Amino acid sequence: MAAVSLIEFIMKFAIALFSAAHAPSSRRALLFAQAALAGGHEIVRLFFYQGAVFNASDAVVTPQDELDLPKQWRAFINDKQLDGVVCIAAALRRGVLNEEEAKRYQRDAISLSAPWELSGLGQLHDAVQDADRLVCFGGA
Amino acid sequence: MAKSLLIISRQSPWSGPGAREALDIVLAGGAFDLPIGLLFLDDGVLQLAAGQNAKALQQKDLSANLQALPMFGVEELFYCAESAHARGLGQLSLDEAQPLATDQITALIDRYDQVITL
Repeated sequence: MAAVSLIEFIMKFAIALFSAAHAPSSRRALLFAQAALAGGHEIVRLFFYQGAVFNASDAVVTPQDELDLPKQWRAFINDKQLDGVVCIAAALRRGVLNEEEAKRYQRDAISLSAPWELSGLGQLHDAVQDADRLVCFGGA
Repeated sequence: MAKSLLIISRQSPWSGPGAREALDIVLAGGAFDLPIGLLFLDDGVLQLAAGQNAKALQQKDLSANLQALPMFGVEELFYCAESAHARGLGQLSLDEAQPLATDQITALIDRYDQVITL
């Protein structure tokens, strides 16, 4: 019997995350994303909305004996050269600012940097249109 | 052809930014002329309650944004009849929203290419 390879069914996934870094669903989202790539699939974009903006925050300090999810997301996105987009409105509301926004709103605290990108909800819709499947984690 | 997207809004209007952020996805989709639907489910139907007083909570009024949905090209508006009934909602503030029974909701979700529940 011939082995069936998943690579024959390559899928384009868009992944949306809505929960904060300490939520179990955020860890599941990362595991799903890693598994998708390991299975030969493509991730068109990771979109972080609502509390998920904290996954992208450089200001999250995780106790040493706990899983540092923001660090893992960063390493994963860098390593796989993925498009990690954080909703700008959701991020500003929650105090997650990159250098440009900190300057714009005259804040001292900069808590978001590359590879993360701040952008609008259009990026979510764009990813939905581009992907075969949208997979959401941490919604209501 | 553009893929259709259904947003299922399950948050009550004054429990945090959740309801507004779900609505923002819908409005953004409407602005891009995408086929987009909005279903109010569970506590989400409370967003449609008439006579809300946002000012008393020092909040911005969400219902004005909801009224504007058809103007933004979002005409597929639905709510779960059972959720509304369970919460004692009579008159709703959004005339355009159609009540759906549970089996109709199943069919509705089937009809869309992608679904986001918030």
